[in-house]
Amino acid sequence: MEKKSFQKIYCKLSNITKATCTLKAGGVGYEEMAFIQGRAAQVVKIIGDEVTLQVFSGTEGLSTDSEVIFTGESPSLAIGDHMTGRFFNSFGKPIDGYPIMEGTKREVGGPSVNPVRRVQPNQLITTGIAGIDLNNTLVSGQKIPFFADPDQPYNQVLSMIALRAKVDKIILGGMGLTWDDYLFFKSSFDQGYGKSKIIGFINTTEDSPVERLLIPDMALSTAEYFAYEKNEKVLVLLTDMTLYADALSIVSNRMDQIPSKDSMPGSLYSDLARLYEKAVQFPDGGNITILAVTTLSGGDITHAIPDNTGYITEGQLFLRRATEISKVIIDPFRSLSRLKQLVIGKSTRSDHPQVMNAAIRLYADAANARTKLENGFELSDYDKRVLKFAKDYSERILAIDVNLEIDQMLDQTWHLFKAYLSIDEVGIKQEFIDQYWKN
Amino acid sequence: MSNNLYTCTGEITAIIANMVVVKANGPIRQNEICYYLHNNKNIMGEVIRTDRNYAYTQVFESTRGFKIGMTTNFTGNMLEAYLGPGLLTKNFDGLQNDLNKMEGVFLERGARTYPLDVEKRWTFKPIAQPGEQVLAGDWLGEVDENGIPHKIMVPFKLEGTLKVVEVAQANDYCINDTIATLSNEAGEIIKVTMVQTWPVRLPIKSYLEKLRPSKLFETGIRVIDTLNPILEGGTGFIPGPFGSGKTVLQHALAKQAAAEVVIIVACGERANEVVEIFTEFPKLDDPRTGKKLMERTSIVANTSNMPVAAREASVYTAMTIAEYYRAMGLRTLLLADSTSRWAQALREMSNRLEELPGPDAYPMDLSAIISNYYSRAGQILLRNGSKGSLTFIGTVSPAGGNLLEPVTAATKKVARCFFALSQERADNKRYPAIDPIDSYSKYLEYQEYLEYSKIHIGENWIEDVDFVRNTLIQGREVYEQINILGDDGVTVDYHVMFWKSELIDFVFLQQDAFDEIDANTSIPRQKYMLEKINVLLKTSFMFDNFDEVRNFFKRIIYILKQMNYSEFQSDKFVGFENELQQVINEKVKA
Repeated sequence: MEKKSFQKIYCKLSNITKATCTLKAGGVGYEEMAFIQGRAAQVVKIIGDEVTLQVFSGTEGLSTDSEVIFTGESPSLAIGDHMTGRFFNSFGKPIDGYPIMEGTKREVGGPSVNPVRRVQPNQLITTGIAGIDLNNTLVSGQKIPFFADPDQPYNQVLSMIALRAKVDKIILGGMGLTWDDYLFFKSSFDQGYGKSKIIGFINTTEDSPVERLLIPDMALSTAEYFAYEKNEKVLVLLTDMTLYADALSIVSNRMDQIPSKDSMPGSLYSDLARLYEKAVQFPDGGNITILAVTTLSGGDITHAIPDNTGYITEGQLFLRRATEISKVIIDPFRSLSRLKQLVIGKSTRSDHPQVMNAAIRLYADAANARTKLENGFELSDYDKRVLKFAKDYSERILAIDVNLEIDQMLDQTWHLFKAYLSIDEVGIKQEFIDQYWKN
Repeated sequence: MSNNLYTCTGEITAIIANMVVVKANGPIRQNEICYYLHNNKNIMGEVIRTDRNYAYTQVFESTRGFKIGMTTNFTGNMLEAYLGPGLLTKNFDGLQNDLNKMEGVFLERGARTYPLDVEKRWTFKPIAQPGEQVLAGDWLGEVDENGIPHKIMVPFKLEGTLKVVEVAQANDYCINDTIATLSNEAGEIIKVTMVQTWPVRLPIKSYLEKLRPSKLFETGIRVIDTLNPILEGGTGFIPGPFGSGKTVLQHALAKQAAAEVVIIVACGERANEVVEIFTEFPKLDDPRTGKKLMERTSIVANTSNMPVAAREASVYTAMTIAEYYRAMGLRTLLLADSTSRWAQALREMSNRLEELPGPDAYPMDLSAIISNYYSRAGQILLRNGSKGSLTFIGTVSPAGGNLLEPVTAATKKVARCFFALSQERADNKRYPAIDPIDSYSKYLEYQEYLEYSKIHIGENWIEDVDFVRNTLIQGREVYEQINILGDDGVTVDYHVMFWKSELIDFVFLQQDAFDEIDANTSIPRQKYMLEKINVLLKTSFMFDNFDEVRNFFKRIIYILKQMNYSEFQSDKFVGFENELQQVINEKVKA
């Protein structure tokens, strides 16, 4: 906390809740930062001379005569190249044991990009994972979450993608991470890249939940600096956005707002969109891609958090254990990358879209055949063949530990088509059949 | 944007997110626009409730840094749209700022730009004669706007009968030049330019009467035009969970629909989707005129990260622009994606005003607001005998895919066409995922349409479509039977029935929006294919077992799909058609 000369100090709180406190003060700006007894807080409501502050680290132990200082500034962060390789907390203070470094202060949560100045995303990001590259191709400037149950290895997959993706910076926004997961990210990034690309903003379960609200803004403002000012390709990882939304609901509840669906604030859609829409392709070449995690409870995607997220993001990825091979795959049915149309068959081989669709359709037929089998019906010859196709397809192409180039994925899929199916059953445009249906 | 003198001023007394309370020193008007003076910039807001001399206002931009006591100026005017030649090809935000004129990559607070080009010259031709009696909305002259006859009308705000004193001669003029002088009943002289303003929350009603829709509004999408047609001046809505293809469908409509003017409002949706339109429309050709698609299109983009209150205004701004073009006797299409985001903006504000909430915390009058909005669409008869139409198609994003949620339920009461997107179809990659059975078009009950279809599509069109629909319903029932009893548990006829419905699905309902030819099917082609399919549906085939049924139908579906991918009646198309005939001949019962 920095004190300046002639700064007014207030010391009479009229009301304290679990996350907010109210006092009489004048000349305060909306969304201005303040410090209460050294704890960071932000103005969330002003009615006459009554100012309500949201106290990020919680109000436990605050007394009504706590010292309050207003900074006169909106939230800001010292952003610069010095951040590379470092890990910070919600307030931008280092947590990796190394000293604080000063930089130019920049406002966080600033204005949005004029839509007409955006460039249509057009660069492929390859990950070597067929569930993504082949079936749900990622494009830089895209925003896409993993919808995962808490028991699924989403953080491992996230770090694997980050390490394989060809980008200039990786910014990790960790919300409600367990300390173990924080160490996992830290060590896997240390091994993969050295310290040349990673910047982390971490809120662990040891910190107050309300502090999480600062993490995405910190991470995305930093990303904006590198993408816009330095024209870099930035990948932002946000995990776990469900815990972020939970923190939003805590604050709105404390402020007596009427909750909408699933006890979430009515503004949840706008609150999440403001963050996810920071994903952008800038005209000068820099871009921000967001890969997020939204944990589900019991796979329920109709809950307000995944539901609103799905309407905002450009697709979603589901993890699934493929029982026939006992490995994790990216679910080909429920996953979707909305931007894939911009690159598949254009930046990739022209048969890509048709091969992708045909394989998924056959995979669906295999799922039906499996249901038949489970219900005790006899399988037709076709059913048996698609089942074989599906097993090989999962094992050799989809499994998350397989690392292939896109052309290899396509060739392998053609190979499997030919091994188990006829041309009619595959149903691909004649011109591609002529070209690829060969020995 | 307004240069009017302020009607009164006030000071801010409370700030809660984007709701600001202002104590005013004079009369306040509901929905009037006010400007807050913040760091020497005028930030725009709108009065949404008044309590004695306190105005509750919604701020159209971020309130970061706002302080108690800040000066606020009231304009006395409601939010108005500027209407004149040059609206097409433009990209506006929800408050009609021209986004292309904004400087910098980021949207800075308080930045405003004029929606039209002041210096561009338009070639004007007079229509009205001096001495003529005219009313608001009557045509005085016209200019050529990208090949569209853009009428310059008597300003909608003028009341009573007016007399034309003078109309400018044919020549090139700027929008602010006087192109006519009128005199009103009191003998006052009124100068008319090519620009006028209109409060966006009020409908433009300068027509003789509203007519019942009768003509098919062609979209080129088979499952809509054939099975669930929308008519010129009609209303429709597309509800669907995320990932079911709403946006792709909206874009297809914007590209292909048989409209002369298309207004797209991206209301609280993804910015990259608007960027797609910005990028593609200037390059794509309008199949009907050969001009670029952008030349008939105007976009109102208030994406999800742009301020919520401006999002709420954006749907009205777009509707007003569409009504303006309809008043010129044009066929206009308004697409809104998504009306749910608009409803959420209403909810956020209602919540801040601490109003008692209705279902799911939406305002109690949500249903009335939605039906009022949809009622602004329609086909109109102008006083000069011309007809104009405004067809409206909105998307709805039901929370959790639940079609009983308040926005979907309220919309269902007013929209005449319901294009239900099904998650199951989307999961199976059967696009467009419009469910052929659950969807409906009330226009199929309109006598006017039945007569129209007999004359303009085909004598037996309605019967043919009904036959296809019934086959689909039967196919669905049979499919359930097969699932319960197993492939062997039913007769081969059941399999034939099921595969006949699959044939309709794969060949007619599914359409590849990304294939240049398949994406857009003309009505004659739809008719040709539907008749071809009907012949197949009515043919009896000989099969020994169900494997044979499946193989046969897969074969003919494959050939028919190749026909869909080929230019209509081209050699390639005819080639596949002949191949199909051979395959069929082998299987027909003697």
